[in-house]
This record gives sequence, structure tokens and C-alpha cells, in this order.
Amino acid sequence: MSELPNAADAVEVLTRHKNYSNLTRTAKLIAKHDADTRTIFGFWVYLMTDCVLFASLFAVFAVLHNNTYGGPTGAMLFSLPYVLAETLILLSSSFTCGLAVLSAQQRHKKRVLLWLGVTFLLGASFLGLEVNEFNKFVRMGDSWRRSGFLSSYFTLVGTHGLHITIGLLWMAVMIGFVFRRGITDLVLKRIRMLSLFWHFLDVVWIFIFTIVYLFGAIKL
Amino acid sequence: MSANDTAKARDVSYDVLVSAHQPENVSLRGYVIGFIASIILTLSAYLLTRHGGMSKGVLVVLLSGLAFSQFIVQLIYFLHIGKEFAPRLKLMMLAFMLTVVIILVGGSLWIMNNLSHRMNMPSVQQMTNYMKSQDNL
Repeated sequence: MSELPNAADAVEVLTRHKNYSNLTRTAKLIAKHDADTRTIFGFWVYLMTDCVLFASLFAVFAVLHNNTYGGPTGAMLFSLPYVLAETLILLSSSFTCGLAVLSAQQRHKKRVLLWLGVTFLLGASFLGLEVNEFNKFVRMGDSWRRSGFLSSYFTLVGTHGLHITIGLLWMAVMIGFVFRRGITDLVLKRIRMLSLFWHFLDVVWIFIFTIVYLFGAIKL
Repeated sequence: MSANDTAKARDVSYDVLVSAHQPENVSLRGYVIGFIASIILTLSAYLLTRHGGMSKGVLVVLLSGLAFSQFIVQLIYFLHIGKEFAPRLKLMMLAFMLTVVIILVGGSLWIMNNLSHRMNMPSVQQMTNYMKSQDNL
């Protein structure tokens, strides 16, 4: 485990050597770093509480997934190749979002815009596929009103889709922000938080893919 | 000024602090590893389900294992758990969240299965028939 160089030590030694220009820069740096770290940590705490929200919805789904009330089961409804395509698209968007953070770290404005744009398009295609799937179920008469299983399915997957929608909005705003202001420290911090959010949604999707779709296909 | 002191002054110079104070810095290599591993794990889960031809019990264990592995891969390579400096607050929050989640999901399933058992409901079909008989009330 690596320890941060001790800030108090740094200040003491620099003062003793009358190295005032370094002292000022060091103090500013530590203060800014602490503020940024606190903000990003605060965002992480929010993500962890969001995990608890998803866990509750997973618990509801686990309890209700057999209660089909004579309606269709998961195995009848879901098309696995379709869901695999959704999964791979979301996974790729998670990767390109990471590339956007890398480019932002290198202060490379054009590449940040490119990768955020690609991530946005992949995210939008994922959302399009999901909405299309929901629409198909509802038109066949298998909406959330059909059975306990479908209520919990729509709530769980729909909540994930809602998060994706909000992530896409945020991404669109960030693209405008980078376009107009370039990569400032503030923009970099926000892109880091956006990427945390996006990777987190990908992590939640792993479990939706496995528990809802794959377990559903093997008629658990 | 001792030699030790000079070394210490150099150690705490601006550059050292700059690199040390950016724990979130990430590398391309990590993202590529994470991406490839995730694709492999996703595809194997999919292929096992479609063409595995094994019993349900074995399949469920395998799929859970694959999902858990991908969870760990993405935590390390995408969310950069383990790269932060001490004290590891992110890791502690994650551990606390997992504890809450295990109690929440495990507890719910336990209570609901117990309730179902106590209500003496032998099958989903009978429950469905009962609910249908109550529909016209």
C-alpha cells in the first residue's frame, strides 16, 4: 500500500530551507488535490448507495421471477443474441469512456471530444435497443401490468435504463463544456466522475445480464 | 544541512508531489486488459448458456462465477479500486456496501422463502389458480 508523501513534513522541510516558491506551489497543490479527492469520493459514496437501490430491485426480482400469473416466462420473452448485442455495445461504451478520461488526462481536447462522442453514440444505441425491446413486449400485451415477474423485470431494467438516460444527458453537457472551454482542471474532475458513473452502470448490467437474462433462459 | 535533510528536501519537491497527488491517473494498458477480459467472460457465459449442455445446477454455479469474475475485473481495471492511496476510503465504502447488499438480498430471499413455506403453498400453479379465482371479486 502506497502512502502519500507527508504534507506536514514537506511544509516543514521546505520552510527550513526557505524554499518559498515551492512551498506556495506545494500548499496550493495539496489544497486543490484534497478538494478534488473529496468531491470524487463523495460521488463514489453516492454510487455505493445507488448499488443498494439496485440490490433492492434485484431482491424483488429474485422473489417474484416465478410469479408469471399464467403470462410468459423469461425464457419465452427474451432473445439472447439481442441481449448479447446490447451487452457488448454497453461494454464497448465503457471502454471508450475510459479512453476519454485518458485523453482528458493528456489534455487532448479533440480526442476527448471524439471518445465522448463515440461513448454517447454507443450509449444511445444501447438505450434504443432497450426501449425497442420494452416496446415490443408492451405491444404483445406483456407489459408491467401482466404479472409480478414482468413488474419486477420492467422496474429493474427500466431503472438501469433511466440511469443510462441521465448519463447520456450528462455526457452531452460535458461534450458542450469541453467544446467551449477546453480541458480545465474542473472539466477533468467532472469527466472522471462521469466515467465512474458510466463504468458503474456497466457493472450493474453484468448482473442484469446474468441474473435476469441468462438465468431466465435456463428456466430457473 | 545534513545529506539526509537534502535528500528529504528533494523528495518533497514539486514534481514528486504532483505525481503522488494524482492517484486517479490511469493507463491505456489497464483499460485494454479490462475490456478484453470482460468480452471473453461475457462471451463464455453466453456460449455456456446456449451450447453448454450441462445440468442447471452446474450452469448456475458457472455463470455466477463468471459474473463475479467480471465484477472483479471491472472493479480493478475500470473503477481503479486498489490504485488509491491510504486510507483506502473507496475500498471501505465498497466493502460496507457489499455487506449491506448481502444482508438485504440474502435476508429478503430468506424471509420470503420462509413465508412461502409457512403459507404452505406447494406450487406456483396453485397460487396462480387461487389468484385467478379471486379475480372477479
